[in-house]
Amino acid sequence: MGFLLDFVERLGAYVNHRIARLGFAARFLWVMLRTSGTSLMRLHLTIREIYFAGVLSLIIVSVSALFVGMVLALQGYDTLVRFGASEAVGTLVALSLVRELGPVMAALLFASRAGSAITAEIGLMKATEQLAAMEMMAVDPIARVVGPRFWGGVISMPLLAAIFSAIGVFGGYLIAVVQIGVDFGSFWSQMQAAVDWKSDVVNGLLKSFVFGIAVSWIAVFEGYDAMPTAEGVSRATTRTVVISAVVILMLDFILTAFMFRGN
Amino acid sequence: MMSRKAIDVWVGFFVLIGIGALMFLALQVASDSQAFTNGAGYKVQARFENIGGLKVRAPVRSAGVVVGRVDDIRYDNETFEAVVTMTLDQRFKFPKDTAAKVLTSGLLGEQYVGLSPGGDLDDLQDGDTIKITQSAIVLENLIGQFLYSKASGDDQAPAQ
Repeated sequence: MGFLLDFVERLGAYVNHRIARLGFAARFLWVMLRTSGTSLMRLHLTIREIYFAGVLSLIIVSVSALFVGMVLALQGYDTLVRFGASEAVGTLVALSLVRELGPVMAALLFASRAGSAITAEIGLMKATEQLAAMEMMAVDPIARVVGPRFWGGVISMPLLAAIFSAIGVFGGYLIAVVQIGVDFGSFWSQMQAAVDWKSDVVNGLLKSFVFGIAVSWIAVFEGYDAMPTAEGVSRATTRTVVISAVVILMLDFILTAFMFRGN
Repeated sequence: MMSRKAIDVWVGFFVLIGIGALMFLALQVASDSQAFTNGAGYKVQARFENIGGLKVRAPVRSAGVVVGRVDDIRYDNETFEAVVTMTLDQRFKFPKDTAAKVLTSGLLGEQYVGLSPGGDLDDLQDGDTIKITQSAIVLENLIGQFLYSKASGDDQAPAQ
């Protein structure tokens, strides 16, 4: 009996802890949004964070995009050529990239490259009591440290996703047209006929914007909420990457279900 | 530590590359099917007995050139016909007795509305209805007709 009661008690404590943490995260977001006027006023802070989150992710995003596009073209060609529709490989590459892979892959790379760095930085600031020191000097750490990092991530994410899609399409072009020899004209014209600006490209960008908010929020919150020890910071960094990946994929499913119902 | 100016330059480059990627997606990868509907077009209707697999946003072509898009497909429960509303580009004028057909591009391609201009002196205006229409060719009906004519043809053919 005692064992069972113990189990129920632990389950209850776990659920309570989770819900309290979710509530804390929501309040944290609210405070961050309320003070973001102050952090956006000092624009150079946000620009610095765009540099660290966006510019430094450019190489990894570009290289991954090139290879993803090339693999898509190879695999797509392999299947499509059986139906005599090898020209449609451009459509396949462009639609998969613009709708799904561009926003999702860019967000996953961003979470592991920039999100983990943001968490580690803020967590370490907390562990070394820099955040507390700021408060002592009447500087709001949420406006000074957290806000710029959040907005830097939100601004960088759609740009990275667009770059990912564009370079991926170029990679598909390299394999399909230059390497395999699919007709140049029908590659582009079939792609243009199938890809719509509003329902495909803009919806893809909207997705990446939502991912940007989610990943940046998770990263700054995990850092701010980390236990102020070396172990706590390392755990928070891991949690950022894992939770971001799961949240990105879940949100992607929900957004896809709303956006592309296929009429 | 990098100077603030160097960071500004890099972020500027980053934003430029991002905008460049967007332009590439807009101009080279995608096409804007809504381009005609932003006030720069006029709407006409056509009634078909059968539209086959025609879908909203399908192209409207004349002589193979895209001149508009299908906006809306409804079912008229009194005449039992499909009412197709399409938006045509303002730059293109068609005579009032233009005929509309539901055609298929290629053997298994997408279906589109084909316009064959007539000889009327007046042009189609916004809100007009195209009178002469031809339905989509349904494969099952075609096979049925073929079998029927084959069967009746065999009767008349001399025995070999």
